[in-house]
Amino acid sequence: MFASMLESMPGAIQLGLLYACMSLGVYITYRILDFPDLTVDGSFTTGAAIAAVMITHGYSPWLSTACAFVGGAAAGALTGLLHTKGKINALLSGIIMMIALYSINLRISKLPNLPLIKYETVFTHISPWLLMPIFVIVVKLLLDAFFQTDLGLSLRATGDNARMIRSFGAHTDNTKIIGVSLSNGLVALSGAFVAQEQGYSDQSMGIGMIVIGLAAVIIGEAIFGRRTVFWATLSAIVGMIIYRVVIALALRVPGFKPTDLKVITAVIVIFALVIPTAQRAIRQKRLARRRSAELAAALTGSSAGGDR
Amino acid sequence: MLELANVTKLFFPGSPDEKVALSGIHLSLKPGDFMTVIGSNGAGKSTLMNIISGVLTPDFGEVKINGVPVQQLPEYKRSRWIGRVFQDPMAGTAPNMTIEENMAIAYMRGKRRGLIFGVTRSKRHFFREQLERLNLGLEDRLKAKVGQLSGRERQALSLLMATFTQPQILLLDEHTAALDPARAELVTRLTEQIVREMKLTTLMVTHNMEQALRLGNRLIMMDKGRIILNVDEQRKPELTVDKLLREFEQISGHKLADDRVVLG
Repeated sequence: MFASMLESMPGAIQLGLLYACMSLGVYITYRILDFPDLTVDGSFTTGAAIAAVMITHGYSPWLSTACAFVGGAAAGALTGLLHTKGKINALLSGIIMMIALYSINLRISKLPNLPLIKYETVFTHISPWLLMPIFVIVVKLLLDAFFQTDLGLSLRATGDNARMIRSFGAHTDNTKIIGVSLSNGLVALSGAFVAQEQGYSDQSMGIGMIVIGLAAVIIGEAIFGRRTVFWATLSAIVGMIIYRVVIALALRVPGFKPTDLKVITAVIVIFALVIPTAQRAIRQKRLARRRSAELAAALTGSSAGGDR
Repeated sequence: MLELANVTKLFFPGSPDEKVALSGIHLSLKPGDFMTVIGSNGAGKSTLMNIISGVLTPDFGEVKINGVPVQQLPEYKRSRWIGRVFQDPMAGTAPNMTIEENMAIAYMRGKRRGLIFGVTRSKRHFFREQLERLNLGLEDRLKAKVGQLSGRERQALSLLMATFTQPQILLLDEHTAALDPARAELVTRLTEQIVREMKLTTLMVTHNMEQALRLGNRLIMMDKGRIILNVDEQRKPELTVDKLLREFEQISGHKLADDRVVLG
């Protein structure tokens, strides 16, 4: 069993890199904009479908991948519009887009399943082992830089204190739309890579993506924290790799079936969400108790010596 | 500079809870005027600030800045001319961003935000110079997150961020009310200094009568959505807290009811 677990590692790490752009996208909405965006489940498939259709029609795989990004970004912009201009609740606007995309994705790909085995993909000439790490790092560094620009700062402030950034003249509708759009562009990009690597695009490949993205972001934060954007984006990437490794290991445990994947993911996310909150509460309580003991000691006066 | 003509605002119009928040407000500030605003609970002071800044749009009447009607412009467009400090020290800054990032956001007030780095070497130098004016040592903590600052430090930073780009109008909405008296006094002194140095046209809501009399060259008193007393430059220096309270009772026919009022 142990040997087979080790064997599954490289595949898991590679999957983590293929999905890393998706967790970066989820990080933008979930952490930076404070906008729980469920469009992800749809836009991931949108990216895969656009790339697959274009590749099977003879377009360059790189152009197809770029168009996947644009398609995802358009879907995200629509979610942003629903939320800001239509005043629909954030969760609900994501769900509406996700459902709409289910049909739209079928329109794009015509078939529920498009094989890419016989076609040239971005991985035909460059191994995913070379391409993905470079690509993911470049995207990460570009994002880090973007979030230090005036526009990027206003996006971060939108999630941090919307009232404040409005009083300094940024239109928070626009910053939200830009952020959700960028996020879904990255998610679709990830979908395009996954489809090309696994050799097909599938109508149902996006189901549960948002939860996987959340799992990655939260796992990463538990390890690296999110002191700065630099660490936060790094933790979203590493979090995705760790998530894939954990899943690969879990599936090797006798008794688990591949169909258990989603419930394992759900349990990981639940733990990753509950544990930090519980830890913080315990730490706060301990700190309060220690401080009140100190204050009480100070009050009883100098006769006791007062070691503080 | 700032003119309000016949401004009226209703809350919950047509419902049993309908409330006239502002009714027929006329107000005119000249460049450099510093007006303090006092009044009882629910007098419409905060509504007045929100109407000027564009958070609310008036149901009737006109708001003009430099002679241009702005009442239909949303807040983010008006903020080009208006700097604002809120009562809540948490409201004016972004807690998870650093001091220099917050300063960079304030620096871009009313400008188009593009893909240029928010904090560059020359801007950092400028931010440091500005922060030195606060005498709080914040200039040495540029990379600290604002959430780690104390309430007073955050409010002083908010004040600086609202003013260092020289807005035409400064709105202060009880910006010292959430601080303890000693700290409130420091922020008040800082306010006085900044307004004087930059000659800002200022409107300040306060619950502190003594502060309302000490600061500024003009004073208005509000009650039930109206301005019931408008004290001009000549009369303001002669006012005392007693006179002010008596005047309020005479005009409004009831005592000044404000559970937070500080007589000074």
